[in-house]
Amino acid sequence: MSAFFASDEWQVLLDNLPNLPFATWESFYATVFSTLLALAVGLPVGVLLVAGEKDGVRPLPSWLMTLLNLVINLLRSVPFLILMIMVLPLSRLVLGTSIGTVASIIPLFMASFPFVSRLVETSLREVDGGVVEAAQSMGATPLQIILKVMIPESLPSLIANVTIALTTILGYSAMAGIIGGGGLGQIAINYGYYRYKYLIMVVATALLVIMVQVFQTLGTWLAAQCDKRLRQ
Amino acid sequence: MIELQHLTKRFASKAGTLVALEDINLTIADGDIFGIIGMSGAGKSTLVRCINMLERPDDGSVVVNGRRMQDLAPKELRLARREIAMIFQQFNLLMQRNCLKNVCFPMELAGVPKEKAEARAKELLALVGLPDKAESYPAQLSSGQKQRVAIARALATDPKVLLCDEATSALDPNTTHAILQLIQNINRELGITVVVITHQMSVVEQICRNVAILDAGRVVEQGAVSEIFSNPQTPAARRLVFPAGAPQAELPTGRRVVRVAFNGTQTTDKPLVASLAIECGALVSILAADTRIVNGQTMGSMLLALPDTPAEAEKAIAYIRSYPGLTYEEVEA
Repeated sequence: MSAFFASDEWQVLLDNLPNLPFATWESFYATVFSTLLALAVGLPVGVLLVAGEKDGVRPLPSWLMTLLNLVINLLRSVPFLILMIMVLPLSRLVLGTSIGTVASIIPLFMASFPFVSRLVETSLREVDGGVVEAAQSMGATPLQIILKVMIPESLPSLIANVTIALTTILGYSAMAGIIGGGGLGQIAINYGYYRYKYLIMVVATALLVIMVQVFQTLGTWLAAQCDKRLRQ
Repeated sequence: MIELQHLTKRFASKAGTLVALEDINLTIADGDIFGIIGMSGAGKSTLVRCINMLERPDDGSVVVNGRRMQDLAPKELRLARREIAMIFQQFNLLMQRNCLKNVCFPMELAGVPKEKAEARAKELLALVGLPDKAESYPAQLSSGQKQRVAIARALATDPKVLLCDEATSALDPNTTHAILQLIQNINRELGITVVVITHQMSVVEQICRNVAILDAGRVVEQGAVSEIFSNPQTPAARRLVFPAGAPQAELPTGRRVVRVAFNGTQTTDKPLVASLAIECGALVSILAADTRIVNGQTMGSMLLALPDTPAEAEKAIAYIRSYPGLTYEEVEA
């Protein structure tokens, strides 16, 4: 036992303990901020994907819909690791640096907004077509249908899907540690992968697992809270 | 007044063009309760959706209160739709809004101030018999209650027309009766023209004054409910009036059998079979019968076995022939 506490592994963990809270914070805000940005773009795009269809509430030209789908599929199919490297120049252009937590937000956003768009699309498609038709029969404008019917009616599903996005983006943010993205991911990669210090890697990973648990529990609770279909 | 002239609607599908509605001509007077009845797939729902342009007809015109609906610009159409409310088989309430907010919804769309809308919504919930459900969510209501909320919502913009698309088809018979009564009261008290789409003859019987029978996209019969029901001319109409078909029975050997059809016989106070026995002494047996009373008139048919002595059988036939409002035919064994 005493041999373990004298070991290098333990020493590295002890040395890094003061860094862990800040790394956790970095992972948290990179994730949350990227998710919010992704939602800001993904929500309108998801709405367009549903409303702009041929039978949607505000049909758009079919070439535009094809283009939109193509761009989303393209971005979705580039592996995150490659995408990170590809947008390095963009990060440098926008933020002046390609290193650090703030810089990691750009690739995280690029990778997650197409994903969030698809999730929003899925949620909005769950809205009963009959309810949309009822709103049309009352003389609702397309915008009113989107804002007062489609989004509010699918809110529980939207929250559940944003939670999925949040946990996925947390995973991506850990991967951004490879390009110096900071946070728990970078600690785990730097020590675990490059220096074979597994203990600190396990601890950093455990913190990520706890974060996922917290996000998921909160998201599930919130989705259930706002779902008026479940209240009996 | 709703006038449908030469209305035609086609749907393109992979298998070819499906003609959903063909040359429909109907006039629905103000204040009427007009039934449109037909089997599944007859085009009823498409027809009613053409009235408020949820479906755009390919040919012909839809004129509601003097305005040709196809010619309206999108904004004008939205305004026109506020005067044509609609209720649905599946109620189509907003599940994430409570009943009060559901009833407020069309007023919200129309820009009615919130307080005014809520006050009106409370009145309407009271009108449909749910004054205490304002804070309840649709998931907490029974089907009948949901349809009541939908009716309250439909009335929120003071419509002139109420379209009911199979509004009672998802309800049990008792609830159906109550909802139909509510619709009838609304028609009487508010003078709203009601168009009822249904596949149930009983719905038309209970509330409609006029009816059109739709079969394979065409109107095959139309007129007053009592006329159509007493004397259905077309096979489609007969199928609807007598869903079980004309009464059939195994014919007894050695006796003559006649089929007697009641075409709206008013003389319900003078029963045929009893009169045959008392007034002409002919003892007939009822082999099968399917009759019903619609608006005080007897309709349907009976299969009667005549007395076995030829003289008495002739006497019975003579009596039946002289009986008002009947047609008869002899059935060969």
